[in-house]
Amino acid sequence: MSRPRTRRTAMSDDPRQTPRARDGRAPDVFRPGAWVPMRQYRDEETVDFVIVGTGAGGGTLACKLAEHGFSVVALDAGPYWRPLEDFASDESEQTKLYWTDDRISTGENPLQLGSNNSGKAVGGSTVHFAMVSLRFRPEWFKSRTLLGYGFDWPLDWREMWEYYREVEEALKIAGPITYPWGPPRPRYPYRAHPLNAAAQALAQGCEALGIAWTETPIATLSAPRGLAHPCVYRGFCVAGCSTNAKQSVLVTWIPRAIAAGAEIRDLAMVGRVETGPDGLATGVHYHREGRWRFQKARNVVVAGYAIETPRLLLNSANPRYPEGLANSSGLVGKYLMVQANQAVWGRMAAEVRSYKAPPSLAITEHWNYDDNKDFFGGYCYMSQGPLPQLWANTQLQAHGLWGEPLMAEMQHYNHQVGLKIVGEMLPQERNGVTLAEDKDQYGLPIPRVSYSWCDNDRALIAHSLDFMEKALRAIDARDIWRQEDDTCHLNGGARMGDDPRSSVVDADCRSWDIRNLWICDGSVFPTVGGVNPSLTIQAIACRTGDRIKQMAVRGEL
Amino acid sequence: MPEPGRFPGYDVLRKRHTPSWNEKTRQVINERLAVPRDPRILTAHEFATVTAIADRLVPQPRSRPPIPVAALIDEKLFKGQEDGFRGEDMPREREAWQRGLAALDAEARERHGTEFLHLTGNQQDALLKQMEKGELTGAAWGGMPSEAFFKQRMAKDIVFAYYAHPTAWSEIGFGGPASPRGYVRLGYDERDPWEAAEVKDGDVEAAHQKNRHVG
Repeated sequence: MSRPRTRRTAMSDDPRQTPRARDGRAPDVFRPGAWVPMRQYRDEETVDFVIVGTGAGGGTLACKLAEHGFSVVALDAGPYWRPLEDFASDESEQTKLYWTDDRISTGENPLQLGSNNSGKAVGGSTVHFAMVSLRFRPEWFKSRTLLGYGFDWPLDWREMWEYYREVEEALKIAGPITYPWGPPRPRYPYRAHPLNAAAQALAQGCEALGIAWTETPIATLSAPRGLAHPCVYRGFCVAGCSTNAKQSVLVTWIPRAIAAGAEIRDLAMVGRVETGPDGLATGVHYHREGRWRFQKARNVVVAGYAIETPRLLLNSANPRYPEGLANSSGLVGKYLMVQANQAVWGRMAAEVRSYKAPPSLAITEHWNYDDNKDFFGGYCYMSQGPLPQLWANTQLQAHGLWGEPLMAEMQHYNHQVGLKIVGEMLPQERNGVTLAEDKDQYGLPIPRVSYSWCDNDRALIAHSLDFMEKALRAIDARDIWRQEDDTCHLNGGARMGDDPRSSVVDADCRSWDIRNLWICDGSVFPTVGGVNPSLTIQAIACRTGDRIKQMAVRGEL
Repeated sequence: MPEPGRFPGYDVLRKRHTPSWNEKTRQVINERLAVPRDPRILTAHEFATVTAIADRLVPQPRSRPPIPVAALIDEKLFKGQEDGFRGEDMPREREAWQRGLAALDAEARERHGTEFLHLTGNQQDALLKQMEKGELTGAAWGGMPSEAFFKQRMAKDIVFAYYAHPTAWSEIGFGGPASPRGYVRLGYDERDPWEAAEVKDGDVEAAHQKNRHVG
């Protein structure tokens, strides 16, 4: 039976004010103004899994669990966008995709938060991620044993190789026919994208210095897929994709999850995980439509990413767990890691116009696989395409320009070219998330994030800047300068391991302390590697979904 | 000095009704162009001070209507749009702006006996440079580091406001909004007909001709 058409106009159409996923339907992300049917559960119905967060971890796991037949409710604090009608080609407007709630950032090298490394939307930060989809180097899963630094993961790279494949298929990754580094991998599902000038510059620099490069495996379509068109190279990728070429969680795993019977609740902020007399989790307290509610569940999955996940576990402290949930090791909120994101910039005689096409179409992982270095860990570097606001702010913050020098430099916007790393920082206990005294709009203590680099981090950065500068000199770039202080992706804060004394969850993302509490996002990373983490987060979520199914069959849940 | 007119005749707004601008983009940019010119959060004096600071940080040619930087910042404060993080010693955005502007005036009065607004350009620049280096430490800062206010709040907000405006996009030859049409030609020195043409070999007229047909 069809609903009266007037319903649509009667509701507020601002998805930041009024939830869209309700009344048995969710937004159809592929059609303006349209809906898809969605199963719904009552708060007092005990569902198999309630999942906190719908990004790369939670959204992917919601899909896997629903497809395995479990009842699933997934909550997200952010709105439920329809990209085709809600997204502008505009940097300012699209800051609406970021998590901008109050946070304190401190330490010797305080992090910039709230933009590229955050997301508040159904689909999480994948709604605006740069789509770079890379596999870990196999040795990184045993970096302590094999490479002498960091911590071993409790996962086997050969098993992960299969899950990487599953994610690459699910997102129709566009990539090269043969990948130059690591063990053989199957061909990418979709063909690689053509190189823009910024990517050609990277390739020329690598060839001049005698190292390999390749087209970046990237989660934007190079051929049609269902109702989504191929990428049109508009270049606003990190401000959200308004054509649905970007294979975010919002347009991939979430529609699958809903089709398989999962319920998504937007604008639903979880404030506390509840535990019962037996010490097990019983559900979550969440704020939606102006009031606090409680969803009962047999299992709770926390998937809020490396700041909100520890924050929620710490904010859920109760008399039985005074130090917060899942925290008998004392490691919740510790060993937070970012990735180094330094760059070298220069100017070409030719027009580059790096605002066209996805920003990072070419990559070299050479220094991830070459161990002849005087520091631990590795880095990749990629071509860049900053939009005007970001570029002007980079000139201000990192190059110290304002006044006439800034205006003069901005005249060369169409000629600038840059190389930027994603570099491995080492896990340190002192880096992490604690609770501050200030409260947010829900009355919850806000997080305090502390970050300081170690000597190895500085050595890695120095090596990368020297090398990238050589690469730009080799292609006759002029007015070369270094952006020395920038970081990107967050990981860690609730790491996985083999030993309950030194980790928060086991290999299945299951809390050692509370066996029906799971953590499934980037916070489980023991080390961070030298590649963008989203593919690995999704691969772990796929594995966790399969493991839960196996455990359920064996009666081990 | 900037090279005025590197993209003669290029106006990104001419693409407003082409397939490069979707409906949402038109709506958002229309609202920005119509930003209220009277402050709603800042006082008239604060508003004038922000304009004076912006004149030093992002100086504008007198040959065109100015980008309303102070109005865009007032709008941001009015809407309560925040960055999502702050240093331990930093207040939230409105308070940071209000305290920082008052402290800047206090420093100006102490050195020159008058408010920042009434200083010469060179005096203003000297004070801003001291702020940037964290050398302003008067009581009016209330413990907020002046370099943090400069980098994380004041200069950042001003630069973001300036480059949020289509006039700034035209000035640097940026293609501007690009959905759903996007781009076709991606290589070195490859220009789609709906992109800015820059002056080559001093031939202003040739660039002007091309830019007249952008759309």
